[in-house]
Amino acid sequence: MTVETRTGGAGPPEGRVEERVVGARAVTRLLRRPEVGATIGAVVIFLLFALNPTAHALWLSQAGLVGWLSQSWQFGIVAVPVGLLMIGGEFDLSAGVMTGATAITSALLANELHWNIWACIAGALVFAVLVGLINGFLVIKTRLNSFIVTLATFFILRGASVGMVEALNANSTVVTVLGHPGGVDTARAIFGGSFGSNPSYPIAVLWWIGVTILGTWLLTRTTFGNWIFATGGDASAARSVGVPVDRTKVLLFVGTAVSAWLVGTIQFTQGLSAVAEQGVGYELYYIVAAVVGGCLLTGGFGSAVGASIGAAMIGMSLQGVIYAGWPSQWGFTFLGALLLLGVMVNVLVYRRAQSARS
Amino acid sequence: MSAIGSPAGSGQPIGEARTPFLEVRNISKHFGSVVALSDVSLEVHPGEVTCVLGDNGAGKSTLVKILSGVFPPDAGELLVDGQPIHFGGPRAARSHGIAIVFQDLALIPLMSIWRNFFLGQEPSGGVGPVRWLRMRHAREAMKLELRKMGIDIQDPDQMVGTLSGGERQALAIARAVYFGARVLILDEPTSALGVRQSGIVLKYVIQARDLGRGVILITHNPHHAYPVGDRFVLLKRGQLVGNFTKDEISIEDLTQMMAGGQELAELSHELQQIGAGQPALQEVAETLAHEAGGGG
Repeated sequence: MTVETRTGGAGPPEGRVEERVVGARAVTRLLRRPEVGATIGAVVIFLLFALNPTAHALWLSQAGLVGWLSQSWQFGIVAVPVGLLMIGGEFDLSAGVMTGATAITSALLANELHWNIWACIAGALVFAVLVGLINGFLVIKTRLNSFIVTLATFFILRGASVGMVEALNANSTVVTVLGHPGGVDTARAIFGGSFGSNPSYPIAVLWWIGVTILGTWLLTRTTFGNWIFATGGDASAARSVGVPVDRTKVLLFVGTAVSAWLVGTIQFTQGLSAVAEQGVGYELYYIVAAVVGGCLLTGGFGSAVGASIGAAMIGMSLQGVIYAGWPSQWGFTFLGALLLLGVMVNVLVYRRAQSARS
Repeated sequence: MSAIGSPAGSGQPIGEARTPFLEVRNISKHFGSVVALSDVSLEVHPGEVTCVLGDNGAGKSTLVKILSGVFPPDAGELLVDGQPIHFGGPRAARSHGIAIVFQDLALIPLMSIWRNFFLGQEPSGGVGPVRWLRMRHAREAMKLELRKMGIDIQDPDQMVGTLSGGERQALAIARAVYFGARVLILDEPTSALGVRQSGIVLKYVIQARDLGRGVILITHNPHHAYPVGDRFVLLKRGQLVGNFTKDEISIEDLTQMMAGGQELAELSHELQQIGAGQPALQEVAETLAHEAGGGG
């Protein structure tokens, strides 16, 4: 079906022609990967701050690395499942507020019911799965755009978490766990701890890497991943060959909610406290990370690694601006430019992937 | 969905019995007061192509939907291997070896060829609900299967969106054959294609037939149907207007019956009036008159 026409002009021996063709194909294959744009962008941003005279020393130190990694994991852990969901053709605007809502759930369970911390975290996980299921079923049953449905759940959760906290917590929106409940030390070691010394890295970075590997494996190596691409690429075609489109979507919504729970749990165990409305606004960062990382807004194309690299780019930008001594507000301007550039590069890659015959 | 679908090439003894793979007996379908199909019968034999011909609104797509189990007929029956069958849904039809290649082909342009080929029936290993793809196997099996149909794939990772229309049809047909389709329903496979691409598709229809499959080719183009068909079923406004084997009808008669001789003669007459002095229109009018005359 594919005809290779790229043979050497001078007519080299047979074997070499084959080699050259293979080489050319490897390059085109690389260039049609969705995360190409994000990788280039991440390198550019890294170099930008590495070459900045004010930022350069700190940027290239381990402390500088810890600085932007500590920003990035907060975006990355949720951006990966948000990216998968986007590839599956849907959005989740409630993912940001869910990081706060799950932390609040854990904290309230600890203070009100005096459960072991592990039980509180498990309770919050059940809550997250429920929210994911509700989002998913609402989207597939109503056939409404998930943008609207999850915007609604976003507002509902935002209001409810503040309302609940204020009602139970003497009108303060910060819930701090009282005393020393069981399981605190192990839970903190696993979710909220750190590794290494001077400087020490948050363990959350490992969770971020783990989520990225899991997401990549799911997307590219499993039948479920095949269904994600198909669901977002053309749902009715996918249905007619037997792909369980609705189940795939519901599971993806559960995935974003559970990833938000993971971030919420990490933040909760770090300080043993939770703030209502924490994470509000982050939903947009996740979407930015996924889009910059090469996930197509209309679904059907993208990568998990890309979303993760996109999250690293956001973390680097926000932190690098501080290191460079620029007013931190300019970080957002930087981010906006990044989003535009990233999307434009991705459109090129996407067109290339569509037209590249090999 | 778990195990790999085995190539079902050598399952059915061919030409041994005269029981058709699939037989449709006197089926009818109404939608409210509209009669979509009335008293239609046809049969599909192994290694044969049954063509269903008809203009727009003849009831072809209603027939396709009944055959594929989307909805049941109001009257009449379907027989598979001589046994009356009720299809509960598309899955049931597929499990009896009846596969449709839809007009839209059910291919995902942004996915690679091999991912499309196995979509919904991925070769996988795994533990419990966690199923991983056997990717190397999938790529090799796909290459091999397409080669059987005379298609050579250089790069299984190439996106389907980069294939030509004819190649996509071929991929969809090869996929249905691989997953054990005994009866292949092709719904207007050539309608959106140019001459050359249509030729490619018809070539794969013959390939599928020669692999012992029964093929139902739905089309409005007798010139595509006649060269590959063994049986011809003509529909008009939901009615069966003819059911022939190839030796009972010529292409001229087929064309004439399809369009309706009287209507063609009138159309030819009108065109001749409008097209006075325009040689191109005159030519069309003469062709129509020729076909209206029952093959001259």
